[in-house]
Amino acid sequence: MGRLEAIRQDFPLIVGRPDLVYLDSAATAQKPAVVLEALQQFYLHTNANVHRGAYALSMRATQAYEDARRSLARLVGAQENEIIFVRNATEALNLVAYAWGLHNLKPGDEILLSEMEHHANLVPWHLIAGQTGAVIKAIPITPDGRLDLDGLDILLTPKVRLVSLVHASNVLGTLNPVAQIAALARDKGALVVVDGAQSAPHLPVRVKELGADFFAFSGHKMGGPTGAGVLWGRYEVLQQLPPFLGGGEMINEVFVDHSTYTKPPQRFEAGTPAIAEAVALGVAAEYLMNIGLERIWEHDRELVQYALTRLDQELPEVCTYGPRTADRGGVIAFTVGGLHAHDVATALEQYGIAVRAGHHCAQPLHRKLGVAATVRASFYLYTTHEEVDRWVEALKKVRDFFKVWL
Amino acid sequence: MSLLDELYRETLLHHYKHPHNFGELAGATVDAQGDNPSCGDQVRLMLRLEGDTIAQARFVGQGCAISTASASMMTDLLEGKTISQALRLAQQFKAMIVEGSSPSPELGELSVLAGVHQLPARVKCATLGWNALEEALG
Ligand SMILES: Cc1ncc(COP(=O)(O)O)c(C=O)c1O
Repeated sequence: MGRLEAIRQDFPLIVGRPDLVYLDSAATAQKPAVVLEALQQFYLHTNANVHRGAYALSMRATQAYEDARRSLARLVGAQENEIIFVRNATEALNLVAYAWGLHNLKPGDEILLSEMEHHANLVPWHLIAGQTGAVIKAIPITPDGRLDLDGLDILLTPKVRLVSLVHASNVLGTLNPVAQIAALARDKGALVVVDGAQSAPHLPVRVKELGADFFAFSGHKMGGPTGAGVLWGRYEVLQQLPPFLGGGEMINEVFVDHSTYTKPPQRFEAGTPAIAEAVALGVAAEYLMNIGLERIWEHDRELVQYALTRLDQELPEVCTYGPRTADRGGVIAFTVGGLHAHDVATALEQYGIAVRAGHHCAQPLHRKLGVAATVRASFYLYTTHEEVDRWVEALKKVRDFFKVWL
Repeated sequence: MSLLDELYRETLLHHYKHPHNFGELAGATVDAQGDNPSCGDQVRLMLRLEGDTIAQARFVGQGCAISTASASMMTDLLEGKTISQALRLAQQFKAMIVEGSSPSPELGELSVLAGVHQLPARVKCATLGWNALEEALG
């Protein structure tokens, strides 16, 4: 407990709100003080544009920005020239869709997704399929919320040019065997994209071992500020990739009627980036690595098992979704009897519990689960057993309150 | 009385579990959809107008207790009202929910939803059907 209490002390919002049980870290994480300080320190002492000024302050800003890139590279086991700063996972996935998909997909080509994808890994492909005539297919899920790999052989036709999958589900908590699927997909010549929005913040990720070509994640879900996220791309693939956005910072030479583009990663960072946010995200990455991603993952998994056990034993009215194995992340989506998720969330809020209700940007998944909406509690490195207890006790009161309506 | 007790009263839960005027309306002259894309709640409102008067109002959709009960009570209230009366009710309802003004007596049992004003996250639920109404008639 000593160590966990020390971690909690690093998060000013958590320290300042003992009344609040924040169980919505899958939507966005709380920020450690070092990140908030990094933002302020940058603006107080280092602020200048990057890669431009011929003066010391600009050199320092550039250095801080490039140091952050190095931290992010270390976090996911990549080379630093493979780390592209973007706004968030959504922008990262759109970058791949537009820079790669739009130019490489032809009518009849197939894009393989899954039924548990976040809208961020569905809608960009819908847009690209609409423009290229490519066809979208999805790996189905099993009743316990895993990817159903039985039919993968059949789904992975030679027409599949791209496979894009969520690493850790933001609803089911499932950790998908991405490396296994990536190996099969690459064998067939398909490009592999991984949505790591829920994995990079919570577990050790080694992009090279995943065998993917792209890996996308958001800084704000790992304690960084909003506005800075990462697209990792395998360097050989990035080298072949045309730019997505054009403008300053990404060019080699510009003439009135044409231009040549610089190397990755700058080729994909047009315009002035979110410099302070990227620098602070680098600090968040260092913070997580200091604590240890292995430990964070263990803490997540342990809390989930503890919570599921309590729910099973004490709240038969609660239905939880997702696998019951030990390798699932700190997310529990659930429903209570016939109650609508919103009403449950509102009731929980009266007891100081902040959870999310809705489809969590995964409508196809909810359709498959046969519910319009679920309540979702999600944990992070600062979540305690005591908070899980407060949530479960509040759920009992909610159940009692709505008893006649269950 | 807690906010929960105040809001989730018998009336509200009754309209949730047994919504009035629920189902398709044959011969509808007005058909409008209210969506809350952030949570997936949907209300489809159907009206049969006779001249300037709402002869019949029905709805289908799926949603939480607040959005369903609000649409159920709204359709009860709308029947027999003129278009301008209906739009006035929509204004009064939104004033109660969004601004927190005390419920106009014309809103009848919809006043049970007044507490939603204290739940900013639920304002969109309460107004879902009403937005469809304004869309349809406005
Ligand atoms: C699995 C998954 N993918 C993608 C995203 C999109 O993240 P962002 O909104 O930060 O771009 C999220 C977050 O909501 C997510 O949980």
